Amino acid sequence: MTTTAKITKKTDRKLLSGNEALAQGAYEAGVISAAAYPGTPSTEILESLVQFPDLDVQWSVNEKVAYEVALGAAVGGVRSLFACKHVGLNVAMDPLMTSSYTGITAGFVVVIADDPGMHSSQNEQDTRWVSIYSKMPLLEPSSPSEAKEFVKEAFKISERFDTPVMVRLTTRISHTKEDVRIQKREAPSQPVFEPNAAKFVMVPGNARKRHLVVEKRLEKLKSFAERSRLNRIEKGDKKLGFITSSVTYNYVKEQYPDASFLKLGFSYPFCDDKIKEFAKSVKKLVVVEELDPFLEEHIKSLCIKAHYKHPSFRCGELRPELVSDVVAGKKKSVKQMPARKPRLCAGCPHLFSFGVIKKLNLFVTGDIGCYTLAAIPPMSTLHTCVCMGAGVTFNEGIRKAKPGQKVVGVVGDSTFVHSGVTGLINAAYNKAKGVIFILDNRTTAMTGGQEHPGTGLTIRKEPTKELDLVALCKACGADNVDVMDPRQREKFEKLVKKRVNEDSLSVIIAKHPCKLIK
Amino acid sequence: MAKKTKKNDRTYNILFCGIGGQGVLTASEICGWAAMLAGFNVKKSEVHGMAQRGGSVESHLRFGKKVYSPLVPEGDVDYLVSFHKDEHQRLKGFLKSGGTDLVEYLADAEKKLEDTRGLNTFLIGVLSARLDLPQDCWMKAMEKVFKPQYLEQNKKVFLEGRSVAQK
Repeated sequence: MTTTAKITKKTDRKLLSGNEALAQGAYEAGVISAAAYPGTPSTEILESLVQFPDLDVQWSVNEKVAYEVALGAAVGGVRSLFACKHVGLNVAMDPLMTSSYTGITAGFVVVIADDPGMHSSQNEQDTRWVSIYSKMPLLEPSSPSEAKEFVKEAFKISERFDTPVMVRLTTRISHTKEDVRIQKREAPSQPVFEPNAAKFVMVPGNARKRHLVVEKRLEKLKSFAERSRLNRIEKGDKKLGFITSSVTYNYVKEQYPDASFLKLGFSYPFCDDKIKEFAKSVKKLVVVEELDPFLEEHIKSLCIKAHYKHPSFRCGELRPELVSDVVAGKKKSVKQMPARKPRLCAGCPHLFSFGVIKKLNLFVTGDIGCYTLAAIPPMSTLHTCVCMGAGVTFNEGIRKAKPGQKVVGVVGDSTFVHSGVTGLINAAYNKAKGVIFILDNRTTAMTGGQEHPGTGLTIRKEPTKELDLVALCKACGADNVDVMDPRQREKFEKLVKKRVNEDSLSVIIAKHPCKLIK
Repeated sequence: MAKKTKKNDRTYNILFCGIGGQGVLTASEICGWAAMLAGFNVKKSEVHGMAQRGGSVESHLRFGKKVYSPLVPEGDVDYLVSFHKDEHQRLKGFLKSGGTDLVEYLADAEKKLEDTRGLNTFLIGVLSARLDLPQDCWMKAMEKVFKPQYLEQNKKVFLEGRSVAQK
């Protein structure tokens, strides 16, 4: 065997993940501001952006806040980026929907990382639908190199059409690494922000006019999508043609290298004419996409005859070895042995908290974080998990339905700040009683240990005002706020017993740092 | 299915598997850099997030002239690098017939290594003996991945693994 490839010039290429490449692209495009809340698989976008000097990058308290901060920067006149995981986008939907109406001053890119297969998520939503719902353009890169290129294009489209632009990644793009070419940073565009109430003050009278603008903009975007080089026809064998997008394109291209392709990169608004032209040029047309029938339903509406995946493929990842079954119209069959499940680390402070909770046989409303792993046997001590913050609010609801049942809620420190605090105010205001545990391990552990207001450090590890959780919980209306290290087993158990049997609203802050942070 | 057949166009498919904390991702990172420094198009895919919590970790690494899919299709793995017997059991079906299973070196590593943290570097050394990438690229790759204070020790372990596999 001999090595045939040439030695690469090491200066201009790097092995980058999709998230790192996207950050690199945003940097090259002259981005100035970026905001996010951590979430797998999107976390590393901000962690990469913060490596560049002079950018205004922040971990925000939650996705809604992050979206508004980033949108504000774009409206104010600097290129700006918001990043989240798919479920994080739900939290940001309120500003997102209206930002489609206001538009921007400088480019604004909304990056969403979906998680087909739910490697680290509570649902498998396909956020491509949000582009239709919000009337925003949607770009879908298929690889790290494309993530870099597409984000640059997204900033241009944003400014040209005065709209936020969605860029959708999936886990297999975010966490795939590829050799990516590094380029220079463009001089950031600096359009001047002019006060314009008709555009930026969304009261009904103004918003009605802006809705008309949005509809017209969609028409223009549609004709742009028809011409966009991101929607690429690859002429091949005329007997077999594929319409596909995202990482799926790579799976199909590899299995059928000789077929014809319409690779959609500018996925919404749909390029109907290009789709029709391509459909006419091939004998058998197959639409291949991961998760929901997003392309399928639209292509069906165009009365184009095509083959689609069996509905069983709407669930889970589409892996390369499954592509031939999709093409054959077969049902999804997965034979792989189940993977080893993650568990709480040895010595994790949560184990001590749950040890006591389990012993007292309490019903536990859970939340999103490492501590969700307490639901898995043999611990089996967590009974609900829906979304960020629900450890607090669900608790209140369950109590109403099950009077007499001893119910406690658990929430992490970062999650409490994200969206638990409103639930605690609600509980106090509505005279709810009970115990909420804030499992304070001094970090956002599940996503790899990010700072948050409670740690007193910024994303750059600079000291900042540290949120006083005790004062906050008291101000929300908690009757008792105790802080204790759960590893003091006997003392901790005694405290929990006491609070659980009281007729009051209590917060127990079980405080001990995560074993993985140094 | 017209798969690539020309020798120069060959795509190398490597699957690394183990459990959280074993250094699986670092191993595939080094191999990815080595292939990239040797001038190949590289794609490497894995799932982060749960990796530190003892769950299964697998990393797919592919390189060649042009690589599309970041995942190795089941039954197409050329080299299976296992860090854990259970994970080997789970994923050995990914090997193609005639593919190289490096699981036998797991026992060697356990015997030879004073510090189990060197397992990933040892197995990378083993793999390097089977792959046709210049040794220089491996060394440079380790410089990219390891902090300076750990570099020399890792280079030593790498060469140990490499020599075991060359015997």
